[in-house]
Amino acid sequence: MASTFEAVADIIADTCDIERDQITPESHAINDLGIDSLDFLDIAFAVDKAFGIKMPLEQWTQDVNDGKVPTEEYFVLGNLCAHIDKLVAAKS
Amino acid sequence: MILEYFQMIDRIVEIDPDAGTIRAHCQVPVESPIFDGHFPGYRRLPGALMIETMAQTGGWVILARRRFASMPFLTRVESAKMRRFVEPGETLEGTATLTHDGSGFAVIQAVLTTGGKTAASAEIRYAVGPFPNETILAAMTQKSREIGFPEEYLHVS
Repeated sequence: MASTFEAVADIIADTCDIERDQITPESHAINDLGIDSLDFLDIAFAVDKAFGIKMPLEQWTQDVNDGKVPTEEYFVLGNLCAHIDKLVAAKS
Repeated sequence: MILEYFQMIDRIVEIDPDAGTIRAHCQVPVESPIFDGHFPGYRRLPGALMIETMAQTGGWVILARRRFASMPFLTRVESAKMRRFVEPGETLEGTATLTHDGSGFAVIQAVLTTGGKTAASAEIRYAVGPFPNETILAAMTQKSREIGFPEEYLHVS
């Protein structure tokens, strides 16, 4: 997870022009970092490419909209990285 | 092409949603009010409309891939290059290749050629989501039939 977080944080810093040291595993992408939906698509593209996965953003959005999970499940970076790790593990 | 209505694609020549590729025919009109302003005495297709043409070309292959279940909207243009002027009456060929089919977004690499020479190229990104309403879905379906979009890609099987 640590290396996943480092990679994701670097992607977010590059994509959204956010200071790298502001980004922590506890950061909420929207509430703390101010990332909007358009920037999140660019982050998803970079994460997909970096990890060779396809983050299921549409399903995650549906889960949040249906009230199945809180936004923190996918937008707090530590949680997001855990999901990325699961996708990577499922691929191999 | 009817530039003032942003109708950029005249005919889909080839489309393969599985491979993520498309080739489209676009006939630049001889007359259009666009050319009155761009430019007086030097009529050329605006680069912004070349980008729009590439975006629409790629958009059709995304629509085919999703079987018209969702619609792509232009979000980002990367590395756009306008390599030559395009004059009224020229024939353009738009080609696009889907390079990343993400969840809720897609990325294509597009090229416009005229006379076998590259006129423009770009990487184009889209947000892909539900059609906003029935009116636009009906209009897009109608347009698809006018430009030769294969019927089998209109519906989820």
